Amino acid sequence: MGKYILRRVLYAVPIAFGVSVVCFSLVYIAPGDPLQTVMPPDATAETIAIVKHAYGFDKPLPVQFLIWLGRVVTGDFGMSISTRRPVILEVSQALSNTALLAMFAVPIAFFIGYVMGAVAGSYAGSWIDRVVTGAAVVGVSLPNYWLGIVLVILFAVQYMLLPATGMGPHGSTSFDLLQWSNAKFLVLPVITLAMIPIGILARTTRAAVAEVRNQDFVQTLRAKGLTEWAVTRHVLKNSLPQVMAVMGLQFGYLLGGSILVETVFTWPGSGFLLSKAIINRDVPVLQGTILTLSLVFVTTNLIVDLLQSLVDPRIRRA
Amino acid sequence: MTDTIVLDEPLDTFEEQALPATRVRGYWQSVFYRLRHDPVTLAFAAIVLLIVWAAIFAPLIAPFDPYKESIVGRLKPFGWRGHMLGTDELGRDMLTRLLYGGRVSLLMGVVPVLIASLIGGMLGVVGGFAGGRTNTAIMRMMDVFYAFPSVLLAVAIAGAMGGGMANGMLALTLVFIPPMCRVAETATTQIRSLDFIEAARATGARTTTIIRYHVLGNVLGPVFIYASSLISVSILLASGLSFLGLGVRPPIPDWGLMLSTLRQSIYVVPLVCALPGVAIFITSICCNLVSDGLRAAMGVRM
Amino acid sequence: MRTGLPLDPRDRGGLQQPMLIARDLRKHFPVKGSGKSVQAVDGVSFTVGKGETLGIVGESGCGKSTLARLLLHLVTPDRGELVFDGDAVGAPEGIAVGALRRQVQMVFQDSYSSLNPRMPVRDSVAFGPFVQGKKKDEARHIARDMLSRVGLDPSLFGPRYPHELSGGQKQRVNIARALATGPRMVILDEPVSALDKSVEAQVLNLLRALKRQFNLTYVFISHDLNVVQYISDRVLVMYLGRVVEIGPIDAIFERPLHPYTHALLASRPSMDPAKRIDEPPITGDPPNPIDPPSGCRFHTRCPFAEAVCEAADPVLGPWEGMQSHVAACHIHDPHSGHSRFGNA
Repeated sequence: MGKYILRRVLYAVPIAFGVSVVCFSLVYIAPGDPLQTVMPPDATAETIAIVKHAYGFDKPLPVQFLIWLGRVVTGDFGMSISTRRPVILEVSQALSNTALLAMFAVPIAFFIGYVMGAVAGSYAGSWIDRVVTGAAVVGVSLPNYWLGIVLVILFAVQYMLLPATGMGPHGSTSFDLLQWSNAKFLVLPVITLAMIPIGILARTTRAAVAEVRNQDFVQTLRAKGLTEWAVTRHVLKNSLPQVMAVMGLQFGYLLGGSILVETVFTWPGSGFLLSKAIINRDVPVLQGTILTLSLVFVTTNLIVDLLQSLVDPRIRRA
Repeated sequence: MTDTIVLDEPLDTFEEQALPATRVRGYWQSVFYRLRHDPVTLAFAAIVLLIVWAAIFAPLIAPFDPYKESIVGRLKPFGWRGHMLGTDELGRDMLTRLLYGGRVSLLMGVVPVLIASLIGGMLGVVGGFAGGRTNTAIMRMMDVFYAFPSVLLAVAIAGAMGGGMANGMLALTLVFIPPMCRVAETATTQIRSLDFIEAARATGARTTTIIRYHVLGNVLGPVFIYASSLISVSILLASGLSFLGLGVRPPIPDWGLMLSTLRQSIYVVPLVCALPGVAIFITSICCNLVSDGLRAAMGVRM
Repeated sequence: MRTGLPLDPRDRGGLQQPMLIARDLRKHFPVKGSGKSVQAVDGVSFTVGKGETLGIVGESGCGKSTLARLLLHLVTPDRGELVFDGDAVGAPEGIAVGALRRQVQMVFQDSYSSLNPRMPVRDSVAFGPFVQGKKKDEARHIARDMLSRVGLDPSLFGPRYPHELSGGQKQRVNIARALATGPRMVILDEPVSALDKSVEAQVLNLLRALKRQFNLTYVFISHDLNVVQYISDRVLVMYLGRVVEIGPIDAIFERPLHPYTHALLASRPSMDPAKRIDEPPITGDPPNPIDPPSGCRFHTRCPFAEAVCEAADPVLGPWEGMQSHVAACHIHDPHSGHSRFGNA
């Protein structure tokens, strides 16, 4: 077992390395000279040469990569071009804001999605199943940022119940959860963010539950005389690994893919930071954010994999 | 020796063989049969075809010019002066813009999936059939791209390359290649260990021949179904990219872009501003349901 | 063997030359993680004469299927050699694997997975000739001919898919497919094991008839002794990757030399209610092929095992021509020191 954990962790290392290569090369696939991204447009040739040397742009690519990697590993992501603050600070702050959203969205999505799917799967073929499946399909087919806009129209414009944008009153970025004046900013973004995961989880759970129910051992349980409720508990337990795998993916997805929702609600999270960086062509922030988000995703997948192997012993592959 | 079976019967004649009572259909025929008797899927497929048709023939059926602005007629509600669905923030007719927008959105939805299926499918079949280190190498490479959430990867690539429709399509293609590759590889690996492949090898057939005649026919099903389920995802992602300004540039109409530019105007004519999202939603959900129906008809479990 | 039949134009050494000689074939499959390997085939040697049917018997896990695949080089042996009609397989001056496959074919066991589910049956049969150079029309014609020879009406069965056929019909298709390329020798890996008894009889009769028609040589692998007895001329008994006994069919079945063969024969359930078996003729589970017992591999289950059996590997007795009946057992080896030598 321990060997499996070790092997799985070691496997994540080359993946992380590959991820950093991709992040690094993002700058170079961009049209134009990467130098332009860190220089004001009217610099003199001398200044250009100095900066070039300082940033190491005159060295061959693999060397540049290693230098960059070295700095990144020690936490030095460089300076944001637009705000002149260290990238690492910007990213960590933004990430904590996104994490706040995810913290709420994930349990909600899991709970609602799992219950929906479990009910649908247990009554497979009935009208309940069809309603739930229909709702799940809707959830997966809606552009979530559009849902955000619609919710804003409904709750902020028409009925003025909840704020339309931002993270706190007067655009502040600190947060006190216990105050409704703060917490109400969470409601719409969280609901919007949770929508797609709910749909996916409902579908997956339904499929898993329906599949497990059909297996022979369920009949055996009934023949042994267990109540229907007890049988259902067994079924749910057996369908858990499949669902967990998907859920883990969704969590990472939420962290990485929150960019659209955060743009709609102007929530100062990592996604919003990313979209600002793209508009401003703020390359250090771009690199830092993408790298951080994808590494978080890799780590999340790793943890979910390991948890899954704990729950389902069949999964421990050689 | 009395316990052994002693037989010396003649070969059976043709009449004694048991044939199925009715002529059973071939594989694809049974798929079409099931589809024909699935009214739900057919209905949604009809809607999808309608959307595609409307997008193709937009220039012929649209009532107005999608680029013609009007200072006076900005953000007008439904039905104002012949604009059935109102006007946008620059006074352009919404219905026309939606019809033209469909072209871009559908294109950006379908083309990346198509290309990714070809490339990813090829890689997956090669890897799955070759096995061993080749397979590991290919799948490891895919794993690196799998390490990015799809939205993030699409935004990162499109953003780094500066936006625009071609870059957006490229980004989406890159996002979809790993999952297509994985589906093809799984299907190929499952087939590869079956006896009929060994029998084919036993006749001395070359690998390419075996792949062409024996593997592809069996892999095409799962790949096709997965690709069809990706179309709705692609449409959503593509419109998301446009929403962030990473897709086509204004004034070209595109549903995602329209949502973005209309966002500020939700306080004025909320219904009109929600329209592009409705278009995306309808297209996406119909593609999803058709894909589900196809999956049921083809009897493949993913 | 069979005399009076015309020689195949591809014949290279006349009737006296064996069709196939296997020498010391070895195939071990490494197990991931541990340093050990599954010793599937561990030093197997035998000869197959032209026109005969050699039956290979053994329980599951004895290595029969691996051996079958080794004979066609579908799996490359770690060690050992194959000689087909006088030519060494794979050697530069002998016969290439590709050419071998034009003369030797295989019928697989699992009729479900041995046919491409997406191909009509006649295309599956026509694939072999097509690959070996025939044009599509010619290949289809051959396929139709073969289907009728195995007792399936080609116009009725040709366009059908495997899932529309019964088990027996699928195996006929498999046989047709194997014969479509015109081989001289056919290796049959448990061809009737998955079939109902009545269908099994039909297929066995078909195989016998085809052998006469096409002047074939068979290597017939099975775990079912009755089937082997019905169809074979000689029998080879395998246990855990090794040959334990070879001999003509009657000799093996009436006077088995090896205790394992004896136990196998005794464990056949009888159709005669008067003959009831009180005790199981063989006890214990077959040992693990990854960690086979030392010395004679059967010694852990052999009622006659002695110290020498655990210490030393027995060898097959002296080979004196194709009708020899020999076993790899210390009881029959004068130099082994086994107490039962001479009165087994």
